[in-house]
Amino acid sequence: MALIEKVDGIVEMYGSNPGGLIAILQDIQDEYRYLDREAIIRVAHDLKLPVSQVYSVANFYNAFSLAPTGKHIVSVCLGTACYVKGAGLILDRLEREMEIKIGETTGDRLFTLQGVRCLGCCSIAPVITIDGEIYGEIKQERISKILESYK
Amino acid sequence: MSIEIKDLDKIKESGFKSLNPDSLRITVGMASCGLATGAQKVFDALVEAVKGSGLDARVVRVGCIGYCEKEPLVEVTGPELPRICYPDMTPERAGELVKSLAVGNYREDMALFRASKDNAAEPPGEVKDIVAFDELPYFKRQKRYVLDNAGVIDPENIEEYIARGGYSSIGKIFKEKISPEDVIETIKKSGLRGRGGAGFPTYRKWESARRAGGYPKYVICNADEGDPGAFMDRNILESDPHSVIEGMIIGGYAIGAGQGIVYIRHEYPLAVKRLGLALKQAREKGLLGRDIMGSGFDFDIGMSRGGGAFVCGESSALIASIEGKVGEPRPKFVHMAESGLWECPTVLNNVKTWASVTNIIRKGAESFSQIGTDKSKGTMIFALVGKIKNTGLVEVPMGIKLRDLIYEIGGGIQGDKKFKAVQTGGPSGGCVPEKLLDLPVDYEALTEAGSMMGSGGMIVMDEETCMVNIAKYFLNFTMEESCGKCTPCREGIKQMYEILDRITKGEGRPEDIETLETLGHIIKETSLCQLGGSAPNPVLTTLRYFKDEYMAHINEKKCPAGVCTALIEYSIDADNCTGCGLCLKNCPVNAISGEKKQTHTIDPAMCIKCGICRSVCPFEAVILK
Repeated sequence: MALIEKVDGIVEMYGSNPGGLIAILQDIQDEYRYLDREAIIRVAHDLKLPVSQVYSVANFYNAFSLAPTGKHIVSVCLGTACYVKGAGLILDRLEREMEIKIGETTGDRLFTLQGVRCLGCCSIAPVITIDGEIYGEIKQERISKILESYK
Repeated sequence: MSIEIKDLDKIKESGFKSLNPDSLRITVGMASCGLATGAQKVFDALVEAVKGSGLDARVVRVGCIGYCEKEPLVEVTGPELPRICYPDMTPERAGELVKSLAVGNYREDMALFRASKDNAAEPPGEVKDIVAFDELPYFKRQKRYVLDNAGVIDPENIEEYIARGGYSSIGKIFKEKISPEDVIETIKKSGLRGRGGAGFPTYRKWESARRAGGYPKYVICNADEGDPGAFMDRNILESDPHSVIEGMIIGGYAIGAGQGIVYIRHEYPLAVKRLGLALKQAREKGLLGRDIMGSGFDFDIGMSRGGGAFVCGESSALIASIEGKVGEPRPKFVHMAESGLWECPTVLNNVKTWASVTNIIRKGAESFSQIGTDKSKGTMIFALVGKIKNTGLVEVPMGIKLRDLIYEIGGGIQGDKKFKAVQTGGPSGGCVPEKLLDLPVDYEALTEAGSMMGSGGMIVMDEETCMVNIAKYFLNFTMEESCGKCTPCREGIKQMYEILDRITKGEGRPEDIETLETLGHIIKETSLCQLGGSAPNPVLTTLRYFKDEYMAHINEKKCPAGVCTALIEYSIDADNCTGCGLCLKNCPVNAISGEKKQTHTIDPAMCIKCGICRSVCPFEAVILK
């Protein structure tokens, strides 16, 4: 389905619910894994809001990505428990292996690297997840192999 | 079908049968933490094994009892049997357990504890030697008040909740026609204070909202647990979601609201799912909706998924977010109780507060007020994490000493290293040093120590944690999460962060300490909301208790804990090196050289200080300076 119709459908689902903007953007994000410029403009059009207002909400919350993401999302938990157990070194290693910085996507669009604030799996810290699959008590030396298995 | 008060008893019976069946009941702890350690595979293996064994048993998913360190956890119970808990389960162990159960062997050797059930009978001889739940050091000092159901009931089965006394609180209110004022009076008598951080007396919010003119009114549950290192709200919603719903119904009744909203963190998909299901079940039973239990009281609850912004833990920012706006706080001269969501009277409480309300009404104000200290009543749930042996969620009476929490319940420091500090209150809290370990845990004592109760994160740090680095970590967090509306928070935190960053890189200056202190106090006093108002706490407390570490970074250009990469150097001790080559093989930048069976060396110019050589070396030959 074309983006415009899809967005219209999602907006319609929330009807005239005045607090619905965030939920609408979340649904679009779930569908496309990022918020396309066209989608933001269309939401503003449908809700009769200024584009700037929709954009500011999209830009404010961590849940939204304004750029397309890679095929696999690699998340490093940067909660305090993971941090004191060396999550910073794990992140460094991932950045080196993927040759990108946190928040970026690899050139081949295979991986997006992001940080998350506490997944609540503190007992198996440090933790990374790839597409929701959890890897606990992660060690630097395991990272190459794990990434390789997604290639 | 809508139920009436008398129908509760019937449902109770059927729920009781589900909890105490004529056959065996095998439960698997399947909250997020359990699932992360493989609980789903254990569940599947159990189902498969039971099918093949001819054992008369039902495998059920439950929430989490909070002993994360031992997960996945499986419990077995039967008509004549207490609950027997088995730790560290794998699919293989699960198969082995079922085989044994099929021949009447309860595997004392595998068990972690036994716990009596509601219909407590003497445990049969063969399981008597298994240590009792309340004798286990991890649980002995705990007081399970809010977490009573967690890990016991199936969170997706409303009948099991009702069997354990669920919805009897609102049943009691409607049956005995208890007035809203009397409900508020009970909450007042209980001494309940907000569990989200600040500790404001709950009844005062309710009283103001009750008195406030205007309709509609709202009750909101803050389930946007943003504090990194705290996961108790998630666990309550995943393990016992109805306890929160029931609390909100009570709150709605007390203030005269018709609508409740749970503002829930989007990173918690399982909590969203289980709460959604619980709301649906409550609605189907007529426990939400119009004319609840024939009382004439209308009330429903909706869910609003948070957008992932720490500042939305602040009440006015949270409300802006529900209204679909950017989550920016507003000045607090207008009280939420008079003008909150959509400018209507609103009461906002945290997940734990709502779950406490349910229990207080069910068990009476005294059941709560008799626990705790003079000013901090009841229990508090902590996420005990970091460099501690027994990681997990613990519910303890207020007033317990930090030392007992860390050493008795937590089992002490991992690897028996030296304790350095415990961080409470998340990014808004502070680091408490060893000399204050006998501090009783209550709102006032923690605030006096420069920290705060917060939402209950408790991160234990050992001698290998650098206090300057950890202060920088928290400041990086608040800097990124500052909404940017007011200048002290937006600009001030950034300045403090940059100073800390310089210090950790060995570029600190003696005057930095004073600048940090001055900035910290100004930011605390002049920020618009409590994000900025508390953000300097991690820096100010570490400066207060660990100034030596700052001075070592600034004056000697050294990081005593060996964390700050710019200030450390790795080398190989020739006496211990056997030339096994493991470090060489693992070094990601080829900075290590040496022949097999000869002493290896690290080229400091190439070394990126990732520490991998030190962690893989079996002979402790890699030294950190």
